Amino acid sequence: MTSSPLISLTDVAKSFTVYERAGRVRRRRRTVHAVDHVSFRVEAGSTVGYIGPNGAGKSTTIKMLIGILVPTSGEVRVGGLDPSRDRVTVARRIGVVFGQRSQLWWDLPLRDSFDLLRHIYRVPAARHAATLEELIERLDLGAFLTTPVRQLSLGQRMRGELVAALLHEPPILFLDEPTIGLDLVSKEVVRSFLAELNRDRGTTVLLTTHDLVDVERLCQRLLVIDRGRVIEDSTVDDVKARYGTERTLVVDLVEPRGPLEVPGATVVRTDGPRQWLRFARDAHTAASLLAEVTATAAVRDVTIEEPAIDDVVRRIYATAPR
Amino acid sequence: MAELAASVSAYRRLVGGRIRADWQYRTAFVVFMLGQALAMTADLGAVGLVFANVDALAGWTGTEVVFLFATSGVSFALADMLVSPVEKVAGHLKAGTFDTFLVRPVGALWQLCGTEFELRRIGRLLQPVVVLAIAVRLLDVDWTPARVLLVAVSLVSGACIFGGIWVLTSSIAFWTVETQEIANSFTYGGSQLTSYPIDVLGAWLRRLAVFVVPLASVSYLPACALLAKPMPFDLPRGAAWTGPAVALLVCLLARAVWREAIRHHRSTGS
Repeated sequence: MTSSPLISLTDVAKSFTVYERAGRVRRRRRTVHAVDHVSFRVEAGSTVGYIGPNGAGKSTTIKMLIGILVPTSGEVRVGGLDPSRDRVTVARRIGVVFGQRSQLWWDLPLRDSFDLLRHIYRVPAARHAATLEELIERLDLGAFLTTPVRQLSLGQRMRGELVAALLHEPPILFLDEPTIGLDLVSKEVVRSFLAELNRDRGTTVLLTTHDLVDVERLCQRLLVIDRGRVIEDSTVDDVKARYGTERTLVVDLVEPRGPLEVPGATVVRTDGPRQWLRFARDAHTAASLLAEVTATAAVRDVTIEEPAIDDVVRRIYATAPR
Repeated sequence: MAELAASVSAYRRLVGGRIRADWQYRTAFVVFMLGQALAMTADLGAVGLVFANVDALAGWTGTEVVFLFATSGVSFALADMLVSPVEKVAGHLKAGTFDTFLVRPVGALWQLCGTEFELRRIGRLLQPVVVLAIAVRLLDVDWTPARVLLVAVSLVSGACIFGGIWVLTSSIAFWTVETQEIANSFTYGGSQLTSYPIDVLGAWLRRLAVFVVPLASVSYLPACALLAKPMPFDLPRGAAWTGPAVALLVCLLARAVWREAIRHHRSTGS
């Protein structure tokens, strides 16, 4: 692998001028810093989750990476190219999936959309056929290839969108909220497909999402953006270890009773005979805590909950400098 | 050149896809075509009424006016069919779907005009073509190859000029939201303007048509040359052949403005 990263942003900023109504006719000019001096690199073959609250600058960043938006300042490189200058060349090397808008032809069967894309990307017929066959099999699209897109369920359509974005075999895939609105089964199909794609083809994946399970299942690395700034950039495991310092011991008691009083732990929830005790990972072990509990009450069953990534991210937002 | 061929090929496929998609709504298509046919008959009727009541319009015989009407009509209908889909850009910008075009390796204008192509607009082309064929037969003109070429060249140039104006006016959508009305006043208005001898217009409008929005070179100047009419503003006879040059200028201008519009879009993203 070469030392130059596949994707890099160096001190990238993007600001917009918006006009707000101030009184009946007058408008007030205001500059919004959607992306405020962001730098990060993505090595070939990695999977990166780009998360943040609404309006944090996720989509703006993606738009600069795919050449739709030109940054106000700073340098964006995708495969060594400037997407805003070499839009067409970059377009051939990237696949893009927008969860909220389709790139398929609404009134045409899926198969026809794929055929049109073949001509737009000028993929040789034999190559196209081979890629398409493989993708159809992996995403199990065979049953609805001849159905007009408008009649597909959201899950089916999203699988179609994935094929559409990958027909020209791009080494980089950008996904903007690919699992939004999908049911659990469809989400899982999308996730395992993307994981396979990364593993088998080495496709670099950068995705934005609000569903942290996507990140947990798919991404080695987590980038958290808030108010236009990257506030966290590390591996998912590392983030969990640093922010997820509290674990939860769930005990099923033989008899329901009031909250247990155990030093070093706090009961955060009770539900009949079941109680949730939160404790700090570095101060206690689950075993020592359990011993304390059994000394007070009879325990039927016990489980340990690791920190959920949602909680971790909530804590990252909470500790971010305002 | 290879780039252009690839764009044209992608455009052709997009048009094909659109026709197949619209075919699912063929009842609507047939009803629309019937409506067009009715409108066309009404149009012809109006022309017939003009001829019945006016022997000559500003020194032009009825047939000559019809010829002019038809050449301008063919040019306009060609542009209407091939380029007017560009006015759908406003809707795509609003829905955010324009960005889909920008992440593909083909020019956005080709994709837009291909995706929004409507076969039913062919109805608007049929009428002036038929009228033109009749007028050509009725006219007392010796159809030398040069004259036939002049008509062909002015039809194509005219289509390019109308097309260019469509692109120019649709580009406004990138800066403001509702623009179709402005665009239509130029394109449909322009089509009205070129359908009659510009001599019926006031001097101010006439100058505008010849020099500013050069629609006169679409059909009027070539018609003057073909039918041995005096040229307006004492222009030389050769001015009849200015169509391609004017068309090129309009198209270059349109291209520059379209590119600027895309650049604007990519800096504001809204």
